[in-house]
Amino acid sequence: MSEIPISWFLTLSAILFALGVAGFLFRRNIITVFMSIELMLNAVNLSFITFSYKLQKVDGHLLAFFVMVVAAAEAAVGLAIILTVFKNRATLNIDEIDSMKN
Amino acid sequence: MDVILFLIFAIIAVVCAINVVVQTHPISSAISLVGVMGSLAVLYLLLGAEFIAAAQVIVYAGAIMVLFVFVIMLLNAGAETKKGQSTMALFLGVPLLAGLLIVMSWYLQGWFPANTTVHFGGFSLPALPGKVAESGGSAHQVGMALFTTYLLPFEVTSVLILIAILGAIVLARKEMD
Repeated sequence: MSEIPISWFLTLSAILFALGVAGFLFRRNIITVFMSIELMLNAVNLSFITFSYKLQKVDGHLLAFFVMVVAAAEAAVGLAIILTVFKNRATLNIDEIDSMKN
Repeated sequence: MDVILFLIFAIIAVVCAINVVVQTHPISSAISLVGVMGSLAVLYLLLGAEFIAAAQVIVYAGAIMVLFVFVIMLLNAGAETKKGQSTMALFLGVPLLAGLLIVMSWYLQGWFPANTTVHFGGFSLPALPGKVAESGGSAHQVGMALFTTYLLPFEVTSVLILIAILGAIVLARKEMD
């Protein structure tokens, strides 16, 4: 038996995405929240590659490539924002970063 | 053989992903995330995506995670302080997420019956003119699609990265008085 059902890959992708959502919602450290977003992007990439295999087209690879590029740009800007927030407020806890709330 | 490889790296990915969520120290989360990305790169290879697997290791596990680790070290981020966290969220959220996952996997099994399978080397595309046939996800095939069909998105991407560089510099520079 050397054939893997395609639904296993998609289920793994769903599990990783759900874990990313859980990290995004439960964690209070802004850097860990950011890492959970990266985890979700990776899970979606796995889905793209799997569907690319299923349809025998290379287009899914290109979409995964663009997701990667956007994730790199997002990480650069997001970490710069985290640096600025930390410089101004000296905290990484997202419960204490609430100036837009009131 | 393929199934064993898939199971090993899927389990590593899931365990590392759980570790990302449960670790309180950000540096432990970052190292676990590198584990997830590395095992996903192996799964991409299994699906015939050679170029994306290499890009995953270089861009994600290499560049982005180094950026994360740099910022964690720069801010000297310690373990997370817990306060005022409702246990309600945990008791309600985890079962709800598990339920969502079960429903999703149920439908996935239904939509993709067991005869649609993946095996190593099963991803092939028609050979490019004047070339021998090669794996579908090779740099050659991806590059051909990138510079013909997807040329406009590719060029727009360069503008996006330029803006991201400028934004990061403007945000992170020291104020000059």
